[in-house]
Amino acid sequence: MNRIAEIRKKIDAYWDTLLSSGRDDVRIMEICGTHTVSISRSGLRATFPKGLKLISGPGCPVCVTGQSYVDKAVYLARQPDVIIATYGDMVRVPGATGSLEAVRGEGGKVEVVYSAHQAVDLARRCEDKQVVFLAIGFETTAPATALAIQKADREGVENFSALLSHKLVIPAMRALLNDKDIRIDGFLCPGHVSVITGWRVYEPIVNEFARPCVVAGFDDEQILKGICEILRQLAEQSPAACCVYPAVSETGNLHAQEVIHETFDVIDTYWRGIGIIPASGLGLKERFSRFDADKRFNLPVFEEHDPPGCRCGEVISGKCIPPECPLFGTICTPREPIGPCMVSSEGSCAAYYKYDRH
Amino acid sequence: MCLAIPAKIESLDQHIATVDLAGAKVRADTTLTPEAKVGDWVLVHAGYTITILDEKDVRETFAVLREMDELQKR
Ligand code: SF4
Repeated sequence: MNRIAEIRKKIDAYWDTLLSSGRDDVRIMEICGTHTVSISRSGLRATFPKGLKLISGPGCPVCVTGQSYVDKAVYLARQPDVIIATYGDMVRVPGATGSLEAVRGEGGKVEVVYSAHQAVDLARRCEDKQVVFLAIGFETTAPATALAIQKADREGVENFSALLSHKLVIPAMRALLNDKDIRIDGFLCPGHVSVITGWRVYEPIVNEFARPCVVAGFDDEQILKGICEILRQLAEQSPAACCVYPAVSETGNLHAQEVIHETFDVIDTYWRGIGIIPASGLGLKERFSRFDADKRFNLPVFEEHDPPGCRCGEVISGKCIPPECPLFGTICTPREPIGPCMVSSEGSCAAYYKYDRH
Repeated sequence: MCLAIPAKIESLDQHIATVDLAGAKVRADTTLTPEAKVGDWVLVHAGYTITILDEKDVRETFAVLREMDELQKR
C-alpha cells in the first residue's frame, strides 16, 4: 500500500471512532492561503468522509488587509512624487477609487518587487522620488520588511518608507475561537509562518481552548497527515500542538524573531472580516518611525468598508464559503474581481473559482 | 504570500547566496540563516532564506510547492 493510501486508511479509522462516539461532523480550519489553494487544487475535499469539513481561515495577507489600507496605497500612488513598491498580489485589489493597477494606467508609478530590499534599492536609484513599500504579510514576511527598514536606516535611504499592515496569526486564531458564531474543532496551522515562530507557539491556544493545532506542509501527503493527526487527537480526546512538517522546529527561526523584535512593536490592528484584534499587528519602533509612511505623508482618513455585496469578510472568518456569495462566479470573477478574496492567488474565492466551481 | 520554495545553495558571497530554483539562478539573502553553506538546501521566501532543510525531507515534502511556484510565474 502506498503512503497516501495508508494515511487515508487511518483517517477512515479515526472517523469511525468519532462516529461511534456520536460525532458526525468535524470542522477543521486551515489558516494558510497556500493550504487553501493546495487543498482546492488537489481535489481533497471531495475525498473526505461526509461531515469532515475543511474551512478556510484568515490566511491570505492581501485578503485580511483592510480596505482603508488599499485606499491609502491608491491615494499615495496618485501623488506625483511617489513610487509604490509592492508584492504583485496587491496590484489588482479594488479600492474605493480604483486599484493600483488602475492608477498605473493613469500614469501613476507602481512597481512590483519580490522582496522588501528591492524597494530600498529602488529608492536609492530614484533619489528625487519617495518610494513607499506596501509592507503586508504574516510572520513569514515580516522579517524581510524588518531587514529592509534596518538597511534603509543604516544606509541613510531617507526617501524610503513603508506603509505597514503586518499581522500575526495566533491572535487571529484566538479571536476566531472567541467568536460564538463560528465553530472550529481543530486548526491546520500554517507551515511557513511556523518556520519563523516554531510549533510550540500554538501550545497556549491548545491549553486555553482544547483544540488540536497541527502544523503541516503543502503537498497532498502533508495535508492528509495533518488532518489525520487532528482526527486522531479528536478521537482520543487529547488535543495538542504538534508538527508533521519537517521544515518547522519547536522554537522556529530565532534570528528572524530577533529581527522582528528589534524593528517592531506589537500593536492592535484591523483585520477585514474580523475587526480590530488586540496585539495582532506590527508597528515600527520609535527609532525607526521616520520610515513609517503613515507618519511621513499627511494622509487623509479613510473609512473601512467592504465592496458592496462582497462577503469576503465572512469568507475570511470561516462563516461562509465562496459559492455562498451571490456575486461568486457571476459578477465577481478573477478577470473582474469585486473583493480581494477573488484577486489574490491565495484568496479562497480565487481558489474555489479555479478548482471547486462545479 | 507565505509561499516558500526549496532551493539549493550553489555559491555564497558573504550573506548573498546564489540558489538554484527549479533551474533558474536566483539571489537569496542568508541573513536569517547565517549558518547556511554551499550545498545546503534552504527554504526561500521573499528573497530571504528562512530555514535550512534536510535533503531527504525536500524530496518527500515539496512536490506541490515547486509546481505552485511554476504556476505563479506563468
Ligand atoms: S466572490 Fe467576490 S464578491 Fe463574493 S466574497 Fe468572494 S471576492 Fe467578495
